[in-house]
Amino acid sequence: MQEIFDENVFKKGIGRQINLPFLKAVSTAFKNIRVRFGRSFITIGGIFFSLTFLMSTFTNNVIAQSLLASGTDEVKFLLQPMAQEVQARQVWLISLSLLVCIIGIMNAMLTSVTERYREIGTWKCLGALDRFIVELFLLESTFQGLIGSIGGAILGFLFPLFVNIGKYGTQVIEVLPWLEILKYGAITIVIGLVLSIAGAIYPAYRATQMVPADAMRQEM
Amino acid sequence: MAEQNVVRTRGVKKAFDLGKVTVEALRGIDLEIAKGEYISIMGPSGSGKTTLFNVIGGLDKPTEGRVYIDEVDVAQLDAYELAWLRCRKIGYIFQTFNLIPVMTALENITLPMIFAGLSEDDARDKGVELLKSVGLGERVHHKPNELSGGQQQRVAIARAFANDPAIILADEPTGNLDLKTGKEIIGLLKELNKEKGVTIISATHDLKMIDVSDRIFWIRDGKVERIERRADVQLEVGTVEGKQAG
Repeated sequence: MQEIFDENVFKKGIGRQINLPFLKAVSTAFKNIRVRFGRSFITIGGIFFSLTFLMSTFTNNVIAQSLLASGTDEVKFLLQPMAQEVQARQVWLISLSLLVCIIGIMNAMLTSVTERYREIGTWKCLGALDRFIVELFLLESTFQGLIGSIGGAILGFLFPLFVNIGKYGTQVIEVLPWLEILKYGAITIVIGLVLSIAGAIYPAYRATQMVPADAMRQEM
Repeated sequence: MAEQNVVRTRGVKKAFDLGKVTVEALRGIDLEIAKGEYISIMGPSGSGKTTLFNVIGGLDKPTEGRVYIDEVDVAQLDAYELAWLRCRKIGYIFQTFNLIPVMTALENITLPMIFAGLSEDDARDKGVELLKSVGLGERVHHKPNELSGGQQQRVAIARAFANDPAIILADEPTGNLDLKTGKEIIGLLKELNKEKGVTIISATHDLKMIDVSDRIFWIRDGKVERIERRADVQLEVGTVEGKQAG
């Protein structure tokens, strides 16, 4: 038995002796989402609606700007008096929706990880390295963040688009700067991804830094 | 150095800081456990059994004192070495089973083997064997919530044995089970102890455990009150019902 702790085996090759193959990690993360479908659905929903709000604010802003620049005179006449006010209000709305987004996503991710502290403790008892656990949560939150963000960006674009078409007619589509929309879509997805990952990794990392006994004592 | 101790503790103390008060869960524990022994750590709730279990298993750090596993000071190990120790050297069994809920019985058992570098195929074969050995050959693809408490504990035992550890640590393994199932689990642990020569250390207040133990450590208020051999206890239980001090 003593030879197991022998200098040669123990000190040198230790890093290579504990491993979690990447494919296994991906399949485990995927399974975690699928099996906890109800819970993941709520988490993804939190990301989704936060980003829908953000993206729709962006879209509304872009549509208003482009209508003011190149819409029909009638629409310009309608929008002109509000132009100054709109500017100020948009800044405020975007800041607010960003805030909702940050808090919404962080909250969804934090609770979904903290309720699994005990499981994290168990993983450590089985010999998982801290980075396996962080890797798993990274993968899981990337999947969730990606689904929620892309969905949120699409709905956040389509919903205000149809509302504006209803208000100002099909000219909205004609004047719409697609590149601009795409840019905001990308910004939204990046924000969603970064927040989902940060929101999951931070508590997961915290849990791995605890001794397993403490992680398993946590009750949610 | 005459006898080889798998576990040795020296002056282990553990205090929990609960804001205004500090609770001393362990107040200086010295013990030696030899290879292949079946040890029960007995004591009333709050006596420090679980804390001692956690400290011996490297799941918690003592405030003072040393824990040696195979004469290696656990406090000196880095994160890699600790993970290695938990993966290959020690198998854990908990009162609440602690299976990974999203994984099947087999996946739960193969997980530590995959950490240890076994291929998926080898791990699966060994996992099925282990499940058979705990009497769950037909429950391979069941999730924990599809199994009874006793069955979950059997899976947990199979998982604890996954990497042929030298030590099995069990914290109240029968605590959540009925009398009959508890007896079966104790029997199973004893069988594996004999068969594989693995050291079993169990924190418990289940008196059924006394019968299979080689030695019993009685813990009270964070100290080892007395250490008894099984033969002595049987005599005591057989003749006089009560316990005598010292």
